[in-house]
Amino acid sequence: MTGTLRLLRLVLRRDRFVLPFWVLGLGLLPYIYVTGFDTLFATVQERIQYARISAANAGFVGLYGPLHGDSIGELVVWRGGFSPVLVGLAALLTVIRHTRADEEAGRTELIRATVVGRFAPMAAALLTTAAAGLVMGVIVTVTLIGQGLPAGGSVALGAVFAISVWMFAGVGALAAQLSGTARGARAIGVLVLGVVWVLRLAGDISATGDGSLSWLSWLSPIGWVHRVFPFGADDWWPAVLAVVVTLATVVVSAYLLTRRDLGGGLLAGRLGPAAAAASLRSPVALAWRLHRGLLFGWVGGFAALGLIFGAVAASVVALAEDSAGVGEMFARIGGSDGVLDGYFGTVAPICGIMAACYAIQAALRIRDEEQTGHAEAILSTDVSRVAWAGSHLLFALAGPAVALLAEGLFTGLVHGDVALMVKVALVQLPAVWVLAGLAMLLIGVAPRAAAAAWAGVAVVLLLMLVGPLLEFDQWVLDLSPFTHVPHLPAASLSAVPLMNLTLIAAALGGAGLLALRRRDVPG
Amino acid sequence: MADAIEAEGLIKRFGAVTALDGLDLRVRTGEVHGFLGPNGAGKTTTIRVLLGLMRTDGGAARLLGGDPWADATALHRRLAYVPGDVTFWPNLTGGEVIDLLGRLRGGLDRKRRDDLIERFELDPRKKGRAYSKGNRQKVALVAALASDVELLILDEPTSGLDPLMEEVFREVILQEKRRGDRTVLLSSHILSEVEALCDRLTIIRAGRSVESGTLDDLRHLTRTTIRAELIGPVNGLAGIAGVHDLTTEDGRVTFDVDADALDPALKQLVAAGVRSLVSQPPSLEELFLRHYTRDAA
Repeated sequence: MTGTLRLLRLVLRRDRFVLPFWVLGLGLLPYIYVTGFDTLFATVQERIQYARISAANAGFVGLYGPLHGDSIGELVVWRGGFSPVLVGLAALLTVIRHTRADEEAGRTELIRATVVGRFAPMAAALLTTAAAGLVMGVIVTVTLIGQGLPAGGSVALGAVFAISVWMFAGVGALAAQLSGTARGARAIGVLVLGVVWVLRLAGDISATGDGSLSWLSWLSPIGWVHRVFPFGADDWWPAVLAVVVTLATVVVSAYLLTRRDLGGGLLAGRLGPAAAAASLRSPVALAWRLHRGLLFGWVGGFAALGLIFGAVAASVVALAEDSAGVGEMFARIGGSDGVLDGYFGTVAPICGIMAACYAIQAALRIRDEEQTGHAEAILSTDVSRVAWAGSHLLFALAGPAVALLAEGLFTGLVHGDVALMVKVALVQLPAVWVLAGLAMLLIGVAPRAAAAAWAGVAVVLLLMLVGPLLEFDQWVLDLSPFTHVPHLPAASLSAVPLMNLTLIAAALGGAGLLALRRRDVPG
Repeated sequence: MADAIEAEGLIKRFGAVTALDGLDLRVRTGEVHGFLGPNGAGKTTTIRVLLGLMRTDGGAARLLGGDPWADATALHRRLAYVPGDVTFWPNLTGGEVIDLLGRLRGGLDRKRRDDLIERFELDPRKKGRAYSKGNRQKVALVAALASDVELLILDEPTSGLDPLMEEVFREVILQEKRRGDRTVLLSSHILSEVEALCDRLTIIRAGRSVESGTLDDLRHLTRTTIRAELIGPVNGLAGIAGVHDLTTEDGRVTFDVDADALDPALKQLVAAGVRSLVSQPPSLEELFLRHYTRDAA
């Protein structure tokens, strides 16, 4: 552990912009929700009605988690139910950035050759992230108390944010030990996050229906943090569980660290073929080798998502009937068809945004190839820049298509009506392509800022989560390509917005490719 | 025959930094051309300009008779490049990388590939991450040397290679040279390597060419060190313009002399009577140091 404090300062120095950005950005979310809800309801009656309708929308319950009360505090917690996932993502990426990514780049070797203990780099990364979680929790608590919400609930919600950071910091540390590459570690971390989110989603939806799958939530750390129920039950036992999980992941990570060589992972390197297969002779063939793992992972994940979305659809109707009571309310939200339409209509854009994450990840591989020097080797052969970038772009465009197709297909196979479900899923694709086009544009025009393409997804997600609540002007909501996607299955399929989105995507991507042809590589 | 590489007055700026400041480079077809300069002098930037990876802010370059930027891919079919700092894809083996790069260049000589792998003692079954720097370098070298191309552009190709492998590299390049139809641009820091392999060389510093020519041409520009034991006293040496750092001790003289002052200086020695004489030609190191340290002066 020698040198941990010095390394901690290094971590803070390197993250002096990124860390405050996510700590503040995510920490202020509940406050924003409070101001949104304050202006949304004219009367208490309206608020209670909103809570009842929301609790009956399985899509909402799936997305945000269970809703048991109708106080402002409970509504804020519920509506911000996706925050633990975002917070966890930020935490695990931060830890991996300062552990495995450094190790892969050879920086850890240099650091460890100085008077720095074996555990110091990991400890510095974990301590920084844990402290960031604590600060975030304090921000949440202070801003909510400032808004006049009950102190007990405010502290509990602050704790929810902090323990989410801690648990996934631990997951990040573990992933960094298991994989030999930062890319692999991020994939493991995000996979864990995705799986536990889907488990919670399936369990919660089921719990409000027939409850046959409700035990799934109990397998999920994200499920636990929802069970604190700030402003309601204010239960603290999940926090205890979270601290135990955090400590366990950290201890196991530290143990694994002592069991491996610097630079090594859990899986030993194996020998491969001495000569290339006859098919490995084009940029596209190379791109297939580089992208296939990612493709299989995402398609598999989307297929699983489809299975679950399809499986819980049955609970959706039951839930609506239960909580709305037979009669007026149930009819007002459209009867069982309307409820299902609402459910699928809420879930589909979520899939779309996840597919957009895949698209951006695949497109940014172009920039990655450039930075690692791989592009130089390829571009000094008889391969044009457009062919090189295009081979990666192919996977950024077609990969999400296959993933969405798999999701729609499996939802349909479980729920029924395959053709409609596939249509609901695939209709998101043009909006996904717009974000892929944005990534390509950045790669061409501002290569150093290419990672800002992720900000595009963040903005889109934020507009979707808080936009309707804060009653943004329509032109702001229109900035998100997903706003323009027809809301199937309730709405009818119209081709014009889809064609417009596709054209915009093509224009963005084309401009990016043109700019790439004209700039220095590496730029 | 036209020159393989002609670059005149190349200028390249990165923001406020000027990487190339009017650089000239001329490589004749069929020769091995040494490209020397201290770290950060602009060697790699020059090569990237020649490969059409970077655009210049001024000057003109021709590569194999074409425009390196506009005709990039067509020209790349006729050349092979070994980058100075190579990394390859972690999930591809060395053998796969060699084959892929060769095919993307338009084909490689199978027999020669296997022969080079054997000579460089490379295990082609290892994956990208498992190779040390030297072995990554070997992968890039085999991929380039096994391609049937007119021009090899090698950016510090032996960095990371052990002395045995350096020797193998020299043998291979000398073989190429004997074939006579391949041009090699060899950027290097290893002076003995340049001395052993290169027909002509260009020295650059701070983005400019400071010297260009054959090794003999360049030696001509510098001083020979003379040590002599004399029978009688010598008086006229100090008066010759091209004699430097003269020391006389117990009938022994040591001095550096410019090439054009060699004849009068030796005449003075002969007049005094010579018991023994050692003449040391300027080494490339000295040549180098003179150019490299001129900055400080």
